[in-house]
Amino acid sequence: MISLQTKELGKWFGTRKIFDRLDLYLEEKGSLVVTGKNGSGKTTLLKILCGLLRPTKGEVLINFGERNLTRQESRNLLGLVMPDLELYGELTALENLLFLSRIRGLNLSRGELEMKIDQVGLAGREDDPVFSFSSGMKQRLKYALALLFDPRVLLLDEPTANLDEDGILLVDRIVSQQKERGILILATNEKADLKYGDRVIQLGN
Amino acid sequence: MAIESSSWAIRSAWLLAKDLKSEFRTRYALNAILMFALTTLAVVSFSLGASSLSPKMAASLFWLVIFFSSMSGLAQVFVKEEESRTVNLLRLVATPGIVLCGKFLYNLALLLILEIVVVPVFAVLVNVPILNLWLFLSVLLVGSLGLASATTIIAAIISRARVKGALFAVLSFPILLPLLIAAIDGTYLSLQGEGFSACWSDLRLLISYAVVMFTASLLLFDFVWSE
Amino acid sequence: MFWKLLLLVWMCGVIVAAFLLPPPQSQLGDVSRIFFFHVPVAWVAVLAFLTAFVYSIRYLRGKDLALDAKAAVASRLGLLFAILATITGSIFAKSSWGSYWNWDPRETSLFILLLIYGAYLVLRSAVEPEERRAALSSVYAILAFVTVPFLVFVVPRVYQSLHPTDSVIDQRFRFQMPPAILATFLASLLGFTSLYVWLFKLETRINTLSGELKEESV
Repeated sequence: MISLQTKELGKWFGTRKIFDRLDLYLEEKGSLVVTGKNGSGKTTLLKILCGLLRPTKGEVLINFGERNLTRQESRNLLGLVMPDLELYGELTALENLLFLSRIRGLNLSRGELEMKIDQVGLAGREDDPVFSFSSGMKQRLKYALALLFDPRVLLLDEPTANLDEDGILLVDRIVSQQKERGILILATNEKADLKYGDRVIQLGN
Repeated sequence: MAIESSSWAIRSAWLLAKDLKSEFRTRYALNAILMFALTTLAVVSFSLGASSLSPKMAASLFWLVIFFSSMSGLAQVFVKEEESRTVNLLRLVATPGIVLCGKFLYNLALLLILEIVVVPVFAVLVNVPILNLWLFLSVLLVGSLGLASATTIIAAIISRARVKGALFAVLSFPILLPLLIAAIDGTYLSLQGEGFSACWSDLRLLISYAVVMFTASLLLFDFVWSE
Repeated sequence: MFWKLLLLVWMCGVIVAAFLLPPPQSQLGDVSRIFFFHVPVAWVAVLAFLTAFVYSIRYLRGKDLALDAKAAVASRLGLLFAILATITGSIFAKSSWGSYWNWDPRETSLFILLLIYGAYLVLRSAVEPEERRAALSSVYAILAFVTVPFLVFVVPRVYQSLHPTDSVIDQRFRFQMPPAILATFLASLLGFTSLYVWLFKLETRINTLSGELKEESV
């Protein structure tokens, strides 16, 4: 049983306040949509939740059962799709996934990785360098990467950005799968994406 | 979940392999480094004409070429991750220690490639006989270890700065000065044909510099790497 | 207030004493009087480096931005004193060895110290936001400090010394120093060190106050 909690979370950039006193609590099968104007701190919040940024105040706790996980342990349970998280352009799709899984200590075979690439609808393109991909294809590959580690907590920033209709269906499927087995948090401004979460919070007021 | 805790060394090697692979596909750093070294050597050779350099001058010149060539390319090891916005991905999947080791190995590999090209060209163009080749190569190798350690952590620092331009050389020079002085002295002795015993204090200094710099980097890297 | 005035009087006393109290030295003449200013100033330049190093370590352990600000203050003062030491050293070098710069080991060390201070301050001006600037510059200060032992070892081997052998580092000289010279020198050392401490506290206070002002205005 996994849970994610923030306590009195606050973030300042210099003297500019982004948000303050944010208390969130999510349990397994819980989902949350974060909305707000551009610059209201959606991406910042997601980055703090996954440990890429340090909060100015407060803390993020990820618990497994009764046990509080360290930053490194909790990273292994996270999956992330974000515009700010690019893949290596010079490497092929398969090489990207191979490298990223190996450096994390995960020994997936070529076949398994190809299957993941198939699942996001990129079959046949696994040996093409990522810089030749369109932005929608890159977004799909980011999903393949995020799902590579069977994340217990999935964080999505602008989940449907650059995706076609098929791609959006893919996101629908991933979201409903994630709601079965873990926690889902997504940041978006698309009205259509609001349906993905049980709860909605708005930043910037 | 099939988490297999493959060792530190293997994971660092994967990072090295990734960086070498994308380097050979893009020639992002290597071309800059090699062209810089060759141009400098050619200029020196032109201006020397038929006259030759004293061993002292040749040793200084050799390390100057190595130093400035490294300055032209070794910062890419982190700057490129930052510029192509892949750095957060690496932060998420790898632990800081592995990142530092992998990047250190990569910079060392670039340096060794640079030296494989520069040493013969230097010997031919500058017309200085290397009387004790083994000593020369030993000084070069331990010098490169220290050079790679120092440049890796400094590259990590400047990759997070707003302006990067000349910052790399400005920050590196004071830190690398003891290494350069000892390496020039050791190279000078090797050109003169001195034995290992005469050069022992330089070699000892270069080895301890590499060890200290690498250890310090390992201890400090997390502060640079994580926000 | 009292300490400030005392420092003023003390420094005036030191200056007067340096010019009048000890008799001119037999070989170097009146030129040697610069010793009373050069050595304390150089000492403060090194002391400031040490201060910056200690505050950098403390910042990385405690992540308190005030500690980083102190490291920055120490470095700025250190740069100032290192420049003063270079100038006074050069004047002395010109009149006793005939040229302003000779790459003597201690000149070289001072030059490297200048480079380190310069690099550190350039780095600070190139990094944003505050927390990142603090972390990166602390790491750099520690790295720079770590290389000092190597310099101490390597520099004197390569460059021959021109420094007067009867300098303050030399143990024999301590016992040979006439009481008037020793007293003036120690007074000057104390004066410059206190001057540094006072400037350091003043700068730190300015920093804190301007930080508070900024917060109030937001």
